[in-house]
Amino acid sequence: MSEFFLMNGHGAYVWSAYGITLAVLILNVWLARTKLLSALQRARELAAQAEVPRKQPTVRRLQ
Amino acid sequence: MGMKLPRWFHQLGSPPYVYRLAERLCPWLRGLGVTLLVVGGYWGLVIAPPDYLQGESYRIIYIHPQTAYVGMMAYVVMAVASGIGYIWRLKLAHAVAVSAAPIGAWFTLCALCTGALWGKPTWGTYWQWGDPRIMFEALLLFLFLGYLALRGAFDDRDKADRVTAILAVVGVVNIPIVHFSVEWWNSLHQGPTIVRGAMAVEMLVPFLIMVLAFTLMFYWLLLRRLQAEIVEREGDARWIRELVAEGAP
Repeated sequence: MSEFFLMNGHGAYVWSAYGITLAVLILNVWLARTKLLSALQRARELAAQAEVPRKQPTVRRLQ
Repeated sequence: MGMKLPRWFHQLGSPPYVYRLAERLCPWLRGLGVTLLVVGGYWGLVIAPPDYLQGESYRIIYIHPQTAYVGMMAYVVMAVASGIGYIWRLKLAHAVAVSAAPIGAWFTLCALCTGALWGKPTWGTYWQWGDPRIMFEALLLFLFLGYLALRGAFDDRDKADRVTAILAVVGVVNIPIVHFSVEWWNSLHQGPTIVRGAMAVEMLVPFLIMVLAFTLMFYWLLLRRLQAEIVEREGDARWIRELVAEGAP
């Protein structure tokens, strides 16, 4: 088993290359997901703000 | 002019249509992409035989050309989308270009790193200044970074779209240079194994599985970023209000 991981002395190069690639993939998935979630959150806030001004004219008329 | 454009062309210019199309495609791209990545990775690391010349270090061939290829594909997508956005003033095309740039930058950086890790046991060095393939690949990274930095310099999104589109289109000349650099100049980098048909079948199959896996992962990431970009650009459009009211994550 350790022979497989050592790869005739090339293990360190092969495994770090695979590790870096996997890390970049996972990072990119996380970045894309975070970007979409925060965009949707901002849209939700915008939608909530859009609800409020609709009530304002009646308030102004009362004043 | 009077040329009648097909219906799908107009649909692909419609943000809500593209958003929903991406929503439907993403689970398939993710599922298939991750599955092939696991299968191809195991095949390449465990099942495939060692190379008669390079021994075990050659196993980087199952990830290094793939990451480099995704970086180049991301650039071509960015340049073509930029060109379409510039000519037809299509905002959605600019959104595609912006979404491709960071993915391309990450994968190009990854290709440079995995290339260095392959270079050490094969050529005896991580990095060779002046080697054409390495230099033009590094230039590709700087084109992505330059594109993103230039975008950051504008407050106005439309202006940023138009100016960075020109950079993206001009920079596409670097893509064939990267590809043919190993043939045009004497380079440390080995030639294109696949094009020459010089790869044994038991290595070729996992190699191609990994090419497909990385391609699917790229389009998955691209569509997710595009969805975010659409939501950011459409702001308070009615369909987005309905979308978040429906309970989008």
